[in-house]
Amino acid sequence: MIDLKNLTIEGVHQNFLDGKYTCRELVEEYLKVIKEKNKELNAYIEIYDDVLAQADEADKRFADGSATLMTGIPIAIKDNILFKGHTASAGSKILENYTAVYDATVTKDLKKAGAVIVGRTNMDEFAMGSSTQTSFYGVSRNPFDITRVPGGSSGGSAAAVAADMTLVSLGTETCGSVREPAAFCGLVGLKPTYGALSRHGIIAMGNSLDQVSPFGKTVRDAEIIFNTLSRYDTEDSTSVPDALRNKLKSNLSNSKSKKIGVPWHLFKEGVDPVVQENFKESLEKFKSSGYEIVDIELPYSKYSLAAYYIIMPAEVSTNLSRFDGIRYGYSNQKGKDLNEVYMKSRGEGFGKEARRRILLGSYVLSHGYHDAYYNKAVLVRAQIKEEILQAFKNVDFILTPTVPIVPFKLGEKLDDPVAMYLCDIFSAPANLSGVPSIALPSGYTKEGLPLSIQFMAPHFAEDSLFEVGKKFETIR
Amino acid sequence: MLGYNFDMDIKDVENLALLAKIELSNEEKISLLSDMEGILDYVRQIEKVKVPDIGSNDESYNVWREDTEESRDFSKELIIEQFPDSQTDFLKVKKIL
Repeated sequence: MIDLKNLTIEGVHQNFLDGKYTCRELVEEYLKVIKEKNKELNAYIEIYDDVLAQADEADKRFADGSATLMTGIPIAIKDNILFKGHTASAGSKILENYTAVYDATVTKDLKKAGAVIVGRTNMDEFAMGSSTQTSFYGVSRNPFDITRVPGGSSGGSAAAVAADMTLVSLGTETCGSVREPAAFCGLVGLKPTYGALSRHGIIAMGNSLDQVSPFGKTVRDAEIIFNTLSRYDTEDSTSVPDALRNKLKSNLSNSKSKKIGVPWHLFKEGVDPVVQENFKESLEKFKSSGYEIVDIELPYSKYSLAAYYIIMPAEVSTNLSRFDGIRYGYSNQKGKDLNEVYMKSRGEGFGKEARRRILLGSYVLSHGYHDAYYNKAVLVRAQIKEEILQAFKNVDFILTPTVPIVPFKLGEKLDDPVAMYLCDIFSAPANLSGVPSIALPSGYTKEGLPLSIQFMAPHFAEDSLFEVGKKFETIR
Repeated sequence: MLGYNFDMDIKDVENLALLAKIELSNEEKISLLSDMEGILDYVRQIEKVKVPDIGSNDESYNVWREDTEESRDFSKELIIEQFPDSQTDFLKVKKIL
């Protein structure tokens, strides 16, 4: 019996080295828990049939001395990350029978490191949602309270870690899709700098925003995954080259990062009192640990979510045009001509939220409206980025609650798209400006539901986020 | 942004569905219209935001590479076997008109 609850990557690595258990034994423990809990939580859509073979490969590397820190570490991946020869469906019917024909760069790097890729996790269809209720493969449930949502869109990846069905996992963020489920499931979720991790082989939602993002129980685990996967990739034209990474890093202040800016005006209202109270308590803890807390104003950032809900659907409508029932995936061949095949395959293959966003995107890009919507949103986004970068001239971090609310009940908000979208109101500034952000567990409600705070830092200042996160782990 | 007519009607939803090549039921057209109105109501707040005319800090640029053959690890077999309809390894599609 292995105590899965308190495992960390470094702890497991040490245990492998000490021969306390083999990788196969560890994976078998996780498989037991999966067998017991997945029916209820629906965190995984599929456990890969080669998982034990992967574990045996990892054990060989420990035997021959070629093992590294990530070797043998069980990791789950979101259903929109390609793993060659395995199904990748992005939570959608339109890709239910799609087999990945190549590896995503992050998958390739995980394989190289010898990690054990356990399975693909449930997600909102095409990562569109904040509660993992729009998946074609059913809803996922929150391990802390199965009547509630785990957050989304990477809800399966979050639930899998929180319920000890894997040690760590990968999700993807377009706007809060890792930080919000991390908050709802009591985990650490890191949204890296845009362009830090490769997007090659990730089924795209909004190219200018998407970023692969790790979940872990500890800051150190998220850090290890980030360090394993963060690199320049020529296959992704938005991947940041080494020279620019180094330049941005060298611009970071060398002072011990101790100054935290709080944009209070962004959450004067619309925040659950429990969340607000917990946030204030967390702030006090930083204050008594020697951090300086200052008020900051981010006047454009209050329009983040509005700008996001124009830019993202615009990108969605172009990205999802490739799913047309012609080359792969779900196809209705009953149409009498090519156009009918498109119309029927897409009408039947996409779920409601995907259809909604595709139409919305087509609208904001259409003639007569794209100046008022899309072009304006792009200009607002530029101002948001500018003001956030300006703010970082005075402070080392920006701190807000991760989510304005606590995990809500299954079924809630599904008929009110705007209410669902508002879950990500604090997430949007980091995604629009490309800066990294980390969600950190900050306690529990009386009912035992997790609470969370999030830090933002300048581009490629992930190390500062890990530092402040580890500090918080000792004082919270 | 004066001069724009932002009101949507069911005809607009139908046109968008045609443009996006998505077949919709009549019921869904009605519910989509009301969803779109709600969402557009929310995002329209950016209209009143005053921003400088040019996005001067936009450093986006195109990334080019030489147009040369590079090997990829795509599996040709996996691609071909997933064609919904095919004839001797060729993708088969319905008539266009």
